[in-house]
Amino acid sequence: MTLTLRALAGSISAAALIAAAPLAAHAAGDVSFIQAVEPAGLDPTVGSPVAAGQVTWQNIFEGLVTIDRDGALQPQLATSWEISEDGLTYTFLLREGVTFHNGAVFDSSVAKFSLERILAEQSTNGQKALFTVIEAVEAPDAQTLVLRLSAPSSDLLYWLGFPAAVIVEPGSAETNTSAPVGTGPFKLDEWRQGDRVIMSAYDGYWGEAPALDRVTARFIADPQAQVAALRSGQVDGIAEFGAPELFEQFTKDAGFVTHVGTGEMEIVAGMNTARPPFDDVRVRRALMMAVDRNMLIEAVKSGYGTPIGSHFSPASPFYEDLTGAFPYDPEGAKALLAEAGYGDGFEFTFKVPTRTYAQRSAEILQAYFSQIGVTAEIESSDFPAAWIQDVFKDTNYDMTIIGHAEPLDINIYARHPYYFNYENPAFDATIAEIAGAATPDARAEGYHKAQEIIAQDMPALFLFSEPKLGIWKAGLEGVWENGPVPSNDMTEVHWAE
Amino acid sequence: MLAFKRLARQIGGLAVVLAIASLVIFLLIEAAPGDPASIMLGTNASPDTVAALRAELGLDRPLLLRYLSWLGGVFTGDLGNSYTYGVPVAQLIGDRLAVTVPLTAIATLLSIVISLPLGVWAANRPNGPVDTLASLFSQVGIAVPNFWIGLLLILGVALGLGWLTPGGFPGWQAGAWPALEALILPAIALAIPQSAVLTRVTRAAVIEVTNEDFVRTARAKGMSRTRALWRHTVPNALLPVVTMLGLQIPFLISGAVLVENVFTLPGIGTLAYQALSQRDLIVVQNVVLMFTLIVMVVNVIVDALYAVLDPRLRGRT
Repeated sequence: MTLTLRALAGSISAAALIAAAPLAAHAAGDVSFIQAVEPAGLDPTVGSPVAAGQVTWQNIFEGLVTIDRDGALQPQLATSWEISEDGLTYTFLLREGVTFHNGAVFDSSVAKFSLERILAEQSTNGQKALFTVIEAVEAPDAQTLVLRLSAPSSDLLYWLGFPAAVIVEPGSAETNTSAPVGTGPFKLDEWRQGDRVIMSAYDGYWGEAPALDRVTARFIADPQAQVAALRSGQVDGIAEFGAPELFEQFTKDAGFVTHVGTGEMEIVAGMNTARPPFDDVRVRRALMMAVDRNMLIEAVKSGYGTPIGSHFSPASPFYEDLTGAFPYDPEGAKALLAEAGYGDGFEFTFKVPTRTYAQRSAEILQAYFSQIGVTAEIESSDFPAAWIQDVFKDTNYDMTIIGHAEPLDINIYARHPYYFNYENPAFDATIAEIAGAATPDARAEGYHKAQEIIAQDMPALFLFSEPKLGIWKAGLEGVWENGPVPSNDMTEVHWAE
Repeated sequence: MLAFKRLARQIGGLAVVLAIASLVIFLLIEAAPGDPASIMLGTNASPDTVAALRAELGLDRPLLLRYLSWLGGVFTGDLGNSYTYGVPVAQLIGDRLAVTVPLTAIATLLSIVISLPLGVWAANRPNGPVDTLASLFSQVGIAVPNFWIGLLLILGVALGLGWLTPGGFPGWQAGAWPALEALILPAIALAIPQSAVLTRVTRAAVIEVTNEDFVRTARAKGMSRTRALWRHTVPNALLPVVTMLGLQIPFLISGAVLVENVFTLPGIGTLAYQALSQRDLIVVQNVVLMFTLIVMVVNVIVDALYAVLDPRLRGRT
């Protein structure tokens, strides 16, 4: 009887606690954030790095180098490095006193293991292609790591700072997908699949200890449910809120702080340039001129977002505003179509992935195209499954629309095969020049040239860059406002006094 | 002895149907477009990386071999590992059942508690105020989808009134009440369409039985209206109600998929939805097979209940 009573009293007090939870805003060292897409596994070096990185990068895992909130390269597990004159040898000096969450010690053999694992034949790293320029990895002594390249690669250091290249150790590498072990300031406590990941501060961290004791990533896909979780105080914020039309209410609420940052995602309507009439550059330009990008952003993103004229977003350090190349001009578009022999317009199938931004954009584009006599028939394509197979791999499409989230990914237009079926030797040569660039200026110049070439060739309609809409509880400080890397870096996050 | 034989036959039949169902499920899921490895690796992976992952997941094996190894696993209790999560499917399903089973149980209980009294009361006084109310309730309840009821409950009850949680699940380790609290609104959303149907069926069944000769005879012998209702009418009207309850189980499960997503509950429904969109085929196969098994088992239970409810069916096969 006493037991039952005690249990009853316990559950009543628990109920009282829960009821009071929204009032007692938060525990001091505790932050939970919403992550829309649950990662397939928690190891960003396996599979696609985006969602896994958004949970674990910088929190659990660290790299030789890292990218900071301004998009700049910073040392991390490597304290310094030297690049040989010919750009083919990289020598890293590694940090001492770094341990993994399981006690394993970080040294050059661990770094060597990590990089060789990415390059291995049976590697399942989704970004492996970025690192294949590394020919050999050597560990002459415990604190020195040497990379030998087959060709210069001006982007390599940058890529080594990304989630796909974080350092893992041999003993835990195989189980990192479900039980990640890194060198970061937080270690995994628990992953409740389908619900949340809980991390807590790691006592043995080599750097400055984080302000937070506990960080929780909550997986909530639906924007309405995200709003409900934010409003009820269940979570403390979201770095990338996906429903701009629901964003306004938070900007006016003193209980929240909002950020409109720039992200790396460019929304582009790719065309199959191997298929008529999209093989004619005049047709592609005419379709671009038929679209008023500002109105599109207004309709699709409630005005949040930036028009783009090429494949880089304003978040990129090499961004060049090329929206003036083919501005909105329906009359000019009609004339250009007539010149290409499509004065009476044409019909095509618009394969649209089942993503809100894509579906909404497609409908607006369809209306704009009809103004110049072009009929787009919208066909939904289940994303990711059907779309990846049908459009991306088999290139069985006329036009599609998708967001490209990887930074510096303008080189996709130089990939063969790739779903645009775009062939331009001059562009390929530019991408090769960028890789071999000896100076930062030469690299920047190359990226500008690449943007200009595709702005003219228009293998895709360049529409807008996705805004990064952050919503956080008032009093929370230190979150990233912009998104040079898709991430939720919690290392500097803290509650105001 | 007879009952035992009958049970044995039913279980044998169950196994055969399940084996056939497993083949159909496997082939249907295989036929759906989308390669799990390409989806997991994203749009930046090169073809040889995709091939490496396919080999790791065993997707490069012949179709028949993959089917047989799955089927063999199912019968030995090894459901395989999730492609995406990398953990055993059995563990995933087990974790999720801890949410979905209580959710659907509460919803079923709630729908019975609402619909039986309402239906009987409505039938007892046809065209009376309660009957009008009941018919209004069942019209609206059938017409309105459960996920929309869920959204209304979140907006009105959780956010508007500040009662109960608007979604998410704290886990049973957080205590019984916090966990139950998270299930109340979803269970109501799930129960309303169910009870709408059940109210209708109960009302119709009770009215039909009320007009039977034996009820009239009982009344003619001087039995009171209420006593005749509870002693003769309701027990005889339960048969179609139980049938409908059994038939509703598949709808309850598919309803749970939507409602769990609206309330972001980590149940079987969200697991199935997520696994399907990511082509985590091994998870989808097992979850669908489990749904099939549940529906078949419910049918067996309903069959057995007939015998309990109707003595005339006892001993028949």
